Amino acid sequence: MTDFLLELRSEEIPARMQVKAKEDLARLFNDALAKAGLAAVSVETFATPRRLALIATGLPMATDAVSEETKGPKLGAPPQAMEGFLRKTGLTQDQLIERDGVYFAVVEKAGRQTADVLAEAIPAIIRAFPWPKSQRWGAASVSTESLRWVRPLQGIVALLGDDDVPCEIEGICSGAATMGHRFHHSGTIHIANAANYAAKLRDAHVLVHFSERCRIIRDGAKAAAEAAGLRLVEDEGLVVENAGLTEWPVPMLGRFDAGFLDVPQEVIQLTARVNQKYFVCHDKASKLANAFVCTANIDAHDNGAAIVAGNEKVLAARLSDAKFFWEQDLKVALDDQAKKLAQITFHEKLGSVADKVDRVAKLVRWLVEEGIVKGASADDAERAARLCKADLVTGMVGEFPELQGIMGGYYARAQGESDAVADAIRDHYKPVGQGDDVPMAPVTVAVSLADKLDTLAQFFAAGMPPTGSKDPFALRRAAIGFLSLLLQNDLRCSLKGMLVATGAGASFAILEEFLIDRLKVQQREAGVRHDLIDAMFSLGGEDDLVRLLARVKALQAYISTAEGANLLAAYKRAANILKGSDPVSPALDTARDALMADPANIALLSALDIAEPQAKKALAAEQFEDAMAALATLRAPIDRFFEEVMVNDEDAAKRAFRLGLLARFRDAVTQVADFSKIEG
Amino acid sequence: MSVVAPLSFQDLILTLHDYWGKQGCAILQPYDMEMGAGTFHTATTLRALGPDPWNAAFVQPSRRPTDGRYGENPNRLGAYYQYQVILKPSPPDLQELYLGSLHAIGIDPLLHDIRFVEDDWESPTLGAWGLGWEVWCDGMEVTQFTYFQQMGGFDCKPVSGELTYGLERLAMYIQNKDSIFDLVYNNATADRPAVTYGDIFRENERQMSTYHFEVADTDMLFDAFKKATAECESCLQHVLPIPAYEQAIKASHIFNVLQARGVISVQERASYMGRVRDLAKGSCQAWMAKNGWAA
Repeated sequence: MTDFLLELRSEEIPARMQVKAKEDLARLFNDALAKAGLAAVSVETFATPRRLALIATGLPMATDAVSEETKGPKLGAPPQAMEGFLRKTGLTQDQLIERDGVYFAVVEKAGRQTADVLAEAIPAIIRAFPWPKSQRWGAASVSTESLRWVRPLQGIVALLGDDDVPCEIEGICSGAATMGHRFHHSGTIHIANAANYAAKLRDAHVLVHFSERCRIIRDGAKAAAEAAGLRLVEDEGLVVENAGLTEWPVPMLGRFDAGFLDVPQEVIQLTARVNQKYFVCHDKASKLANAFVCTANIDAHDNGAAIVAGNEKVLAARLSDAKFFWEQDLKVALDDQAKKLAQITFHEKLGSVADKVDRVAKLVRWLVEEGIVKGASADDAERAARLCKADLVTGMVGEFPELQGIMGGYYARAQGESDAVADAIRDHYKPVGQGDDVPMAPVTVAVSLADKLDTLAQFFAAGMPPTGSKDPFALRRAAIGFLSLLLQNDLRCSLKGMLVATGAGASFAILEEFLIDRLKVQQREAGVRHDLIDAMFSLGGEDDLVRLLARVKALQAYISTAEGANLLAAYKRAANILKGSDPVSPALDTARDALMADPANIALLSALDIAEPQAKKALAAEQFEDAMAALATLRAPIDRFFEEVMVNDEDAAKRAFRLGLLARFRDAVTQVADFSKIEG
Repeated sequence: MSVVAPLSFQDLILTLHDYWGKQGCAILQPYDMEMGAGTFHTATTLRALGPDPWNAAFVQPSRRPTDGRYGENPNRLGAYYQYQVILKPSPPDLQELYLGSLHAIGIDPLLHDIRFVEDDWESPTLGAWGLGWEVWCDGMEVTQFTYFQQMGGFDCKPVSGELTYGLERLAMYIQNKDSIFDLVYNNATADRPAVTYGDIFRENERQMSTYHFEVADTDMLFDAFKKATAECESCLQHVLPIPAYEQAIKASHIFNVLQARGVISVQERASYMGRVRDLAKGSCQAWMAKNGWAA
């Protein structure tokens, strides 16, 4: 048994790609081993900006010898068949063995040296590596077929035990030499074996463990903030990104002019985070402080004074730009900004953003006036809708598109709009995907709902639904947002009615189906069964999604009891018996008295007489548990019926009566849900 | 440590010239036309195509009318200078060569935090893209470092390495200034004082901003755009890729001025850029054909 080290050293690998690259390397390596009949005890991967590495432990020195048997022609088969088989196997007929009248070729494959397997696997892994983007470089790139890597590949370390695994790809030969930190260590380093890889690089100012760099950044940034009497705004995404940008991370605290704190804090946070990869800090009162934490990649010989000064200057320049946009934007009323939306195309088939705003404003008013969204003033709601996209033409959103909505909220408040209106402008994009906060303030709910509803209806009406993995207009996300708003705010209305109110077009069948599909996806996390949603939706007529979901939940609760499961089984049995036949209820009435003698029949019939109207009444009152309870009373009589009664009696009248009884049972159950859609 | 006065703006350029000249680059002069970036220089665009080795360095005055701020923003200019290096094929030690140039202009990588941060370059108007980084010095982007993969829609065979230094930013860094206009441009002598960047260019910024944002005759510009387009096509018909390409550069600059003037709607923008791209691509194609290079 021995260990293997592979290091693929390159120019700087983008930070965002390193975690995935580690996974890909492990997967490709394990696949290559498995193909050769090898397996490692453990495989660990490493990534830094300049290297992607792997250590596999417990590898055998060679693969086992195997004997491979190939079936050949039968005894007495035509000579052509034998010739063909011998050609394929490269054997002569006397080398074949014969068993049960069939020839077999047996090839003894000697075990292969693991080093040989690896020497072949390394170039194959490099060529097959699935970087999201890769490039050609250097003299070899005269051919477009030349090697591709994420950035130029510079060196390969491949050591099995203490020995080189010699291999070569486009002039890059494997060996034991690598490089340390770009600035802290000059010249090459010789690695003896996998066991001393991490330690050797640590001596050369490189921490190969991604998790160790993350920890240093996480803890160091926190400590730097605390030392200044502040609290770090934790951000695991930034931790990982900075770990991907450094081989020797050194977090340091810097300051900016407190005067910039006039600018909305989201802007400061965004420019610090996105443009500069800095953490921000809060003061004791949980307000944004005029401090940041940057992560350097060196132990500077002035302890970082020059680095901090430089970073402070860069942030100050960015913040002064942001302040300029903030002050410029404040000079223009949102109503005037909104006029410019006529210049921005929403979609070439769907007009400008101004057209969209106009549609949304009308829809918002309708939602409020119809009482679908309660507690909002229709005037407020329409006002918010008319201004909600105005920030798209501001300088700040031009610079930071991620701040759409948020900036609109700030500008609205600054020009004296009510809190309800400003909040609605700020939050109307919410919820952005599953897990985001769902607005609950009535004006916000109305605007957010109308915005998404309009987008969905318009794109579907124009024949542009998402297909497969393609969803260029983020309609799936809009649908999830729309559903979350409806359900969390308990908005009662007919889906069809809302779709018609968008004025987008005639038929919404595809969109309705799409929304139901999204509902299933959305509810899966909450543990709601998709087949039960189908069971409700396929009843037809139930397009109040809040009610639909309440019914589904009641159904699920019942179905998961032993009683519910029995009733479902009984339903399936009844439906099965009824399959193909179309019993008519009249048979029931006419033959009733004559055929009543059977006590099981009587029991079921009287149970149905009680349960049917009970379930109906409960459904009308939206007491879905009660409806289930009514159905539950049928369980014992239907079980008894199946036990004691032979449905397919020779007597045609008896048979018709019993089938009719079963059909009535089926229909009674079906008024609650279409049990035929329920799985299991 | 002895205190050495930081490089003046002109010494920064001279130092880079000296450094890259010693690496075997031909030190060229700026292209004598208005353009948005050094990449537009024929020494980059056209020379990035084809198999012949090519190594050059030059300063390119770059005009970005929409970035003009009337000389009032300490960090933004409507016209500035790029230092451009192109090495074809990209040498294996390009990063080391680049770091050597930073050393030459006085940046110590054990005092300042130099980082290669992913930034893939793309020029929609040139039909060009490449992979690389923006190089950070203490968090400030000082250079764009790119391995060209395509130019004018053609695969680069071989790939060139392109370095674009933002000279003003680098100088602000080296001289520790908070405003571009305070940069020391030259070296004072006993009887001749130094001048600042602002002394030389601030008035240009004021007047050019006023011109680009308020005065430029848009009818004349729309007309000039059309004429440059037609002229480019005529040159292509006469199999003259270089003059054709010059007309593409001209059209691109006119488009930039129209943008600054705010008369190109969002919808039209893409279509204008598409037209410039077609001209640039057509010129590159003609250049390839004239040299007998296969795509």
